[in-house]
Amino acid sequence: MQKLLDNTGQIIENDPWVIVPKDFDGPVTKAHSLLPLQYWLDTPSNPDQELPTGIWFDSNEEPETVAEHINRWACIGIHFPTFMDGRGFTLARFIRERYGYAGQLRAFGHIIPDQLFFLSRCGFDSFLLESPSDEMDPELYFDNFSVIYQSCADQPQPLFRRRA
Amino acid sequence: MYIYDHYDKTLLEERVAQFRRQTESYLAGHLSDDEFLPLRLQNGLYIQRLAPMLRINIPYGMLSSAQLRKLAHITRTYDKGYAHFTTRQNIQLNWPQLEEVPDILAELAEVEMHAIQSSGSCIRNITSDEFAGMSSDETEDPRPWCEIVRQWSTLHPEFAFLPRKFKIAITGSETDRAATQVHDIGLQIIKNDAGETGFRVLVGGGLGRTPVIGTVIKEFLPAIHLLTYLDAILRVYNRYGRRDNKYKARIKILVKAWTPEVFAKKVDAEWLHAKDGPATLTLEEIARAKSFFTAPDYLSQESFNPNSDNSISSELPVPFMRWRDRNVRPHKIPGYCGVFLSLKPTGVAPGDVTERQLEAIANLADRFSFGEVRVTHQQNVVLADVKTSDLADLWREAKDMGFATPNIGTLTDMICCPGGDFCSLANAKSIPVAEALQRRFDDMDYLYDIGDVSLNISGCMNACGHHHVGNIGVLGVDKKGQEFYQIQLGGSAGTNATLGNVLGPSFFANEVSDVIEKILQTYVDHRIDGEQFIDTQRRIGMAPFKECIYAKAA
Ligand code: SF4
Repeated sequence: MQKLLDNTGQIIENDPWVIVPKDFDGPVTKAHSLLPLQYWLDTPSNPDQELPTGIWFDSNEEPETVAEHINRWACIGIHFPTFMDGRGFTLARFIRERYGYAGQLRAFGHIIPDQLFFLSRCGFDSFLLESPSDEMDPELYFDNFSVIYQSCADQPQPLFRRRA
Repeated sequence: MYIYDHYDKTLLEERVAQFRRQTESYLAGHLSDDEFLPLRLQNGLYIQRLAPMLRINIPYGMLSSAQLRKLAHITRTYDKGYAHFTTRQNIQLNWPQLEEVPDILAELAEVEMHAIQSSGSCIRNITSDEFAGMSSDETEDPRPWCEIVRQWSTLHPEFAFLPRKFKIAITGSETDRAATQVHDIGLQIIKNDAGETGFRVLVGGGLGRTPVIGTVIKEFLPAIHLLTYLDAILRVYNRYGRRDNKYKARIKILVKAWTPEVFAKKVDAEWLHAKDGPATLTLEEIARAKSFFTAPDYLSQESFNPNSDNSISSELPVPFMRWRDRNVRPHKIPGYCGVFLSLKPTGVAPGDVTERQLEAIANLADRFSFGEVRVTHQQNVVLADVKTSDLADLWREAKDMGFATPNIGTLTDMICCPGGDFCSLANAKSIPVAEALQRRFDDMDYLYDIGDVSLNISGCMNACGHHHVGNIGVLGVDKKGQEFYQIQLGGSAGTNATLGNVLGPSFFANEVSDVIEKILQTYVDHRIDGEQFIDTQRRIGMAPFKECIYAKAA
């Protein structure tokens, strides 16, 4: 069963967001739809004028194409076609750090619990796990490390500026 | 040498705990093979032909005697009593048990060692020059920079799932002993006209199926911008490197497809956003890193008694003189030298060491070289700070332990990958070929007459034995289930790196030694005074070699 987690490992209850598949071509009538990038680009009267919607990027898509709109969305999804496809890590940092996005950033698709720490460091704050094992204790995965060397979305100051 | 503080130590402990949990979860069936794969790889653990293989990092090649003793203990306790030095300043265990790997990592952490990112599609161990800090042609000691890059790359959250593995080498000398031109990123420390330190940055070098010499994309990167610039390169690669075909996934393919100019522009554009941001190095951090790599307590020259310098006594035996000629290197401090311990005696797989030898190296390091050694990408060990007056004593002891084969730089100082005996990717065995060559060319007079020549053997196209950059390269190939060997000539990993050219049709294993002998004979016939093998080969090209070898068969 799917689990939606926040970046402390707590289950997010009553999540309103629905991911709209790439091949969708009807009109959007529901609020809280996460629209595929291309759909949003192709839809001249974009539904988020009237409805609160979000957008999602596949790992090969470029947030640059909608840079000036990024902050209008309350939720942005980034899709991982396989957990070995690490492009989403870069996209997340890009959206958070370059565009200063402050809304919810969701990782979905094929991600595994052992990636949660790195994902959250890169700026994700919600995670849709497709089939986590029941024994899994999500909190465990977020505080594996108390020491981090690099500057990242969660901590812009690298360790060498914090070392004491 | 770098000493871990509580941050570094805590991180290692947390990493061990994490891997223990991952391993338990895998063994309990909660993680699939596919999902456990990158996790174990990023902790150095492969599943090989015969058993798991654990690759342990030796950052920039530096090892203390305490670390050597720990490695000896680990090979005794968890393995079969020997280990293997690789061509990238790592050490591998060939027979660990999966269940025990967390314990091995915990033992390593006690001596500030780890296997983090020693395999997998991530940033690998940072390699460097085995003569760092001691050679007179050095612009600056590369090791502090290696350590800075090691920390930056360790558990870098953005770059743990790259298209493919990623290797960085740093040199601080004009003579490139770190093979920076055949790395994904090569960094060469240089000074600008104002005397400031910076890096010449090369990208897209590499061996493997598509060997490429790296291209300079930044002539002078001021040192404080090192990490922001590396972030920019990796980010561009992570976003745009190919992921559809693992043979086209290395950064070299992207650089080639875009051209280095376009790649450099893209990196610069990315870098502008991070430049001068918080990841910019501070002078304090640079000074902190440098503080760990100060010169040891060398004796001043006056304190050497010329009469006690038994290395120049004429009574010493010829074997000693030979060893001194081949295995000893000059040092920037008068009265000191660097000494190679050869791990290439006849009959031993290049780079293999027993636990007793690891202990012995530790003892030699303590007695003769301030308790430190370096491992080289040619799979030997260097004692970097030996008093010349100690050479004769060191030689005797090294000889007793089998480290004094006077063959450094000669044909039998081969680089050889584990090949078909151990590696599941191999097309052919490589160790038996190396051994046959060692046996054929065991006449030292002959070897000395031939002089410097590098012979590199890989058991498949992945080129772990760096065959493309051997003066003579041997590559194992498989044709219809039978092992053949292709020979290449003219490669070089040095300052002006070149890739070898294929000689012609491949040979059976039992023909390789004859072919190499003919190659050497062709060199001897054509050389002119003072030419090494590579000089002659570059001058005369491939044709004379082809004629000599394929003439009769035709
Ligand atoms: S070159 Fe091939 S055979 Fe040799 S170690 Fe590498 S992958 Fe294995």
